[in-house]
Amino acid sequence: MSGARPGNPGHHAALALGDDALILAQRLGEWSGHAPELEEEVALANIALDLLGQARALLSLCGDEDELAFRREERAFRNVQLVERPNGDFAHTIARQLYFSTWQELLYGRLAGGTGPIAALAAKAVKECAYHRDHAEQWTLRLGDGTEESHRRMQAALDALWRYTGELWQPVEGLDVDWDALESAWRAGVTGVVTRATLGVPEGPQSSPWAAGAGRQGVHTEPFGRLLAEMQHLHRSHPGASW
Amino acid sequence: MSESRTDWPLWEVFVRGRRGLSHTHAGSLHAPDATMALRNARDLYTRRGEGVSLWVVPSTQITASSPDEKDPFFEPAADKPYRHPTFYEVPEGVQNL
Repeated sequence: MSGARPGNPGHHAALALGDDALILAQRLGEWSGHAPELEEEVALANIALDLLGQARALLSLCGDEDELAFRREERAFRNVQLVERPNGDFAHTIARQLYFSTWQELLYGRLAGGTGPIAALAAKAVKECAYHRDHAEQWTLRLGDGTEESHRRMQAALDALWRYTGELWQPVEGLDVDWDALESAWRAGVTGVVTRATLGVPEGPQSSPWAAGAGRQGVHTEPFGRLLAEMQHLHRSHPGASW
Repeated sequence: MSESRTDWPLWEVFVRGRRGLSHTHAGSLHAPDATMALRNARDLYTRRGEGVSLWVVPSTQITASSPDEKDPFFEPAADKPYRHPTFYEVPEGVQNL
């Protein structure tokens, strides 16, 4: 695909967005067989499959999708650290979904207005993102405004993941986006939902000193290695295996 | 699953297909409330493009005929062929039928 060769901006952007989608899909897939309700399990798996579809399309712009997903080392992945954070309890998964899908819908909405292969993919994916964001919002409202226990857990999850949100505003090479405006829109969206859910918007820093935007540079958090091991071991053990 | 957990109520799902004129019963699901029931229905019953409209109804709101009443309810219909339009022969010369 022209415009997406290694080293050029289009390649860089497709790889970053593709890795976001791939790694979050893998995390959400971990809920299969473990979700609190069958219906919710299907919902999470459904979101994971949407993201996997996006990842395949984006990574295919950069090269062989299987090669990229299953043969790269940890330092070669360009996803934000937010998406690799462990599922935790259900509230952590929902907080991660809220932060990420709100950002993704806003970003893809802007990208859809551009030109090139990423714009075409974004235009298609933005409807999926809107559904993911709605799913996260519905659960944030119910957990925040639910029982004392669910309120406490949801707040703890929002607080714990807050410091991974700063990386979302780090400009991605090859994407022509007003990142400051994106951040303002994200903040307004998240604040609205969190406030309606009777929860507090976290006030701490949005990046930690050692992790400010490092995912895009290939620096990842400790749990990422185990995620990759699980995602890649079959392909690495049986190269070329197929159904 | 914890013992104290209260089960989500059951909902009946009705889907209107792309070319369908009416909503058809598709199945049932659990959800904490109507809004979530609609979303679960979307994920369970329409994600392969089966429908363009969804209804969810609390299962408790459906009044169903009971199997015990099957005979008095449905049996008498069987031996009354004159209730079917095919019982009648259309006389010759009838227009616009």
